[in-house]
Amino acid sequence: MADLSISLAGIRSPNPFWLASAPPTNTGYQVQRAFEAGWGGAVWKTLGEPIINTSSRFAAVHFGGKRVAGFNNIELISDRPLEVNLREIRETKRLFPDRALVASLMVEPKREKWHEIVKRVEDAGVDGLELNFGCPHGMAERGMGAASGQQPDLVEKQTMWAKEAARTPVIVKLTPNITDITVTARHAVLGGADAVSLINTINSLAGVDLETWNTVPHVGGKGAHGGYCGPAVKPIALSMVAECARDPLVGVPISGIGGISSWQDAAEFLLMGAAGVQVCTAAMHHGFRIVGEMVDGLSRYLDRKGLASVAELTGQSVARYTNWGDLDLNYRVVARIRQDTCINCNKCHIACEDTSHQCIDMLNGAGGKPYLQVREDDCVGCNLCSIVCPVDGAIEMVELPPAAPSLTWNERQRALARLDRESIRAEAVEG
Amino acid sequence: MVDDIRLSAAFGDPAVPEPFRELVPPLTRAAAAEESNRCLYCYDAPCIKACPTSIDIPSFIKRIATGNPEGAAHAIMDANPVGASCARVCPTELLCEGACVLNGSSAPIAIGRLQRHATDYAASAGLRLFAPGEPAGVSAGVIGSGPAGLSAARELARFGFDVDVYEARQVAGGLDSSGIVSFRLPTHVPDWEVRQVEELGVRFHTGVRVGSSLSVEELRGRHDVLVLAAGMGYVPPLGLEGERLEGVYDAIRLVEATKAGRMPSALAGARVAVIGAGNTAIDAATCAVRLGAAEVKIVYRRTAAEMTAYPFEYEFAKQEGVGFVWLTQPLRIVAGPDGKAAGLECMRLQPDGRVGSDGRRLTSPVPDSAFLLEADAVVLATGQERLATLAEQLGIAHRAGVPEADPRTGLTSDPRIYAAGDILHGTGAGEATVVSAAEQGKRAAAAIAAAWLGPDFASRRRAPAVAVPSRHAGSAGRI
Repeated sequence: MADLSISLAGIRSPNPFWLASAPPTNTGYQVQRAFEAGWGGAVWKTLGEPIINTSSRFAAVHFGGKRVAGFNNIELISDRPLEVNLREIRETKRLFPDRALVASLMVEPKREKWHEIVKRVEDAGVDGLELNFGCPHGMAERGMGAASGQQPDLVEKQTMWAKEAARTPVIVKLTPNITDITVTARHAVLGGADAVSLINTINSLAGVDLETWNTVPHVGGKGAHGGYCGPAVKPIALSMVAECARDPLVGVPISGIGGISSWQDAAEFLLMGAAGVQVCTAAMHHGFRIVGEMVDGLSRYLDRKGLASVAELTGQSVARYTNWGDLDLNYRVVARIRQDTCINCNKCHIACEDTSHQCIDMLNGAGGKPYLQVREDDCVGCNLCSIVCPVDGAIEMVELPPAAPSLTWNERQRALARLDRESIRAEAVEG
Repeated sequence: MVDDIRLSAAFGDPAVPEPFRELVPPLTRAAAAEESNRCLYCYDAPCIKACPTSIDIPSFIKRIATGNPEGAAHAIMDANPVGASCARVCPTELLCEGACVLNGSSAPIAIGRLQRHATDYAASAGLRLFAPGEPAGVSAGVIGSGPAGLSAARELARFGFDVDVYEARQVAGGLDSSGIVSFRLPTHVPDWEVRQVEELGVRFHTGVRVGSSLSVEELRGRHDVLVLAAGMGYVPPLGLEGERLEGVYDAIRLVEATKAGRMPSALAGARVAVIGAGNTAIDAATCAVRLGAAEVKIVYRRTAAEMTAYPFEYEFAKQEGVGFVWLTQPLRIVAGPDGKAAGLECMRLQPDGRVGSDGRRLTSPVPDSAFLLEADAVVLATGQERLATLAEQLGIAHRAGVPEADPRTGLTSDPRIYAAGDILHGTGAGEATVVSAAEQGKRAAAAIAAAWLGPDFASRRRAPAVAVPSRHAGSAGRI
C-alpha cells in the first residue's frame, strides 16, 4: 500500500484530498462529518467581516442528460459570526488532530485587518492559512476577493501583511479571471507565500430560463455573475496549475483545485505538479462519502504504478508540458479503424468530412458490407475521429516512423535566422 | 409542459376492461431523456434505412433529448402518418432496433418506445402538426381508412387535394382500430391519427362499402383519382366440416369485437382451439386468454420453425399460457349434443423430408393418428380473404383480387386508380405490416401528386402557422 499522506508547505494530511473553502466547509458539524468520511483536510469557508447571502445561490449546467457538468454559485464568504467559526474550528481540530485544517481568509486590503484576523484564527489552532484572492462575485464589488487578486501588487502586499503576522504556512488562492495566472502567482511568492492554490471559480452565468427569460439562478428576477466550477472547468484549472508548476519563478508547492471529481482527475493534477488537491463540487453533488472512492482509486493506482507515495507522483508530467514552439513538427500519427470492433455508426466519417480533413471513406466490402477506412496519406493525425468514436479502441492513433529528424518551430526559426545571417555575411564579403 | 401523469393518462384507460388495457407502459420523461441521450446520432444511420417509411430516427431522438418532443413528433408523423400506431405495433426488433449499431456492444436504443413518447406528447398536448396544402382543385377518393388509406389521404391533403375517404366499417382506422388487439394498440391511438387527417379537411365517410352501398360508377364520377386501400377481408372459409357451427369464431371478428368493447362472454372458462400460427392467430389466442378461457391451444400443421408469427409474438403467447399443438392437421369440427362446437378432430403430421417452394419443410399424415381435441370454442385464424369483387368492379387487372400495380407507385392498370396497403399483399410488394402499408400510401400519394400537379407538387405543402392546440385538445387525456 502506497503512502497517501502529503506535506504541503509543511501542512500535513493523511491523504491529498482536502475539501476546498466553500459551502461544504461552512460549519464544524460539516467539517467533522467530512473528516469522519475520510477527507484528509479541509479549508474552512472564508472568514472575514460577516456578510449577508442571497436566497437562490447555485445553478448547474447539465449536459447530454448528465447532471452537473458545471456548477455556478453566487454565495459569498461565511455569513456566521467569526467567534462561532473560531470556536468550531478549535473543537474540530481537537477532535481530528491528524487532519489538515486550514482557514480561508478575506479582509479589506489593510495591513491591520490582515494582522488581526491572522492572529485570531491561528489562536484557534489552524494548521495553515489560505488567502482568498479569488472569489469573483459579490466580494469583488467591495474591493476584495478577485478584485484584489487581479492586481499583482495588491496580491504581493497583502500576502506580505499576512506573513508578517502568521506563524503557520500561508497559501495564496489565485483567481483564474486574469490573462496570465503566473504573474499573480509570482507576486504571491514575492510577498512570501509558502504555497499557491488554484484555481478559484471562473466568472459565469449558468444560463437563461427559456420560459421566464430570467437568469439562472435569479434572485427575485435579477441575476449577477457567479463563479463557475465543476467537471467542465478541469482543463482550464489543469493548464493553469501546469503553467505555475513549470515556472521557476513560482517555485512553491501547489494545491490543485478545479473540477476534480475522481481519483483520475486528482492524479492528473498531481502529475502536473500539484502536491495535493482540493475538491468541492463532487462533494456537493454526491456527499462527503465520495472521498472513499477517490482514496481507494488513487491508492490502487499508485500501487499499480509501483509508487510508494503521492510525492513520487507529483510533478512527473510537468517537464512534458512546454511551449507550442518546442513541439516536433515531424512527429506523425494517423488514425486506423479496427474493422473487428467498429460498429459502423459513421460518426468518424461525418466529423472528418464536415469538419476536419476529408480522409475517412465509407466503403462497401464483399457482399456489400459497409466499412470505414482512413486514407492515411491525407490524415493529419488530428484525433477528431477517435474522439467522436463511441467504441473504445475502434479507432487507434498510430505513430508513424518519422520521415525527417525532429524539428521544432523554434529550431526551424533559429536555423532560418542563422542562414539569413550567414548570407548577409557572405554578401558583405563578396560586396 | 405535459407531465408524466398527463402523458400516461390514457394508459390503463378505465373504460377498457383491465385485461385489454395497453400492456407496455409509457416511458416516463426521465426514462425518455436517459434513453434518448444514449442514442449515438449515427450518420447515414442504419435504423433509417431499416424503417420502411424512412423516419429520420436519430433526428427525432435528438429532438427528444434536447427538450423538443413536439419537433420529434413532427419528424415521426411527417414520415409516417400512422407513426403513433407503428410505435406500438412495428416489429422493431426486425426493423429499426434490429439495425441499431448498439446491438452487440450494449443494447439497441428503444426506438419504438421513444417514438411512442413523442407521439403521445403531441396527442396529449393537442398539437396540430400539419396543415392542408394550397388547394389544387383536384379531387381524390380513397377506399379504405386503414394505414395505407389514411397515409395516402394525409399526404394528398398536404399536397392540396380535396380528399374523401370511404370506410366500410363504422369506425375509421382499418386494422389499427379494429384488427390489432387493444392491449397492443388501444383504439385511441388510431383515433388520434384519423383526427389529425380529418383536421386537414379530409372527409371520412364511415359505414360506406364501395361496390355495395356506394357504387363504383358513382365513386368514379365524384373523383379525379382513386386510391384503392381496402385491405383484406375476414378469415376465408377453410372448407372444414363444422366451421359454421355455433362456437366457431373468425379471429379477425373476435379481435374486432374486443376492440369495440363487445366481449364475447362465451369464451370465459372455455377450452379454446385456435387454427393457424400467424400473428392473427397469436392475437386471437391471447385475446381468448384475456377473456378468461380455461385453456387455449394453437393448432398448427407445421412446427415453430415454420410459423409466420414474429418470434416476439410467439414468446408473448407462451408467456400468456397459450399451448401449441404442432404438426397437427384439423380434420373437422365436431358438434356436441347441444349442436355447438365440442371439439376438433385432428390427425398428426410428420416432416417427410420434402421442402416446399418457400423453403419450408413439408409434412405428410401419420397413419392412424386421428384424435379428438376437446374444445368449447374453435377460432379460425388462417389468413385473410382477398377482396376480389372490388378489383373486378373497378375494372382493374388483378390476380385473385390482388391488383396488378407498379411496386413503386401503386399505379394499377387504370391510370386514375392507385393501390396501396394489404390489398397488394401477395404480389411481392412487401410485408403486410402497418408500416409498409403506410409507406405504400405515401408513395401512391406522391405519384398521384406528381401526375396531377407536376414535379413541383411538394411545394404546395404548408406548415401550420404555429403548432396550435387542435380543436380536440379537450380530449388530451385520450392518448
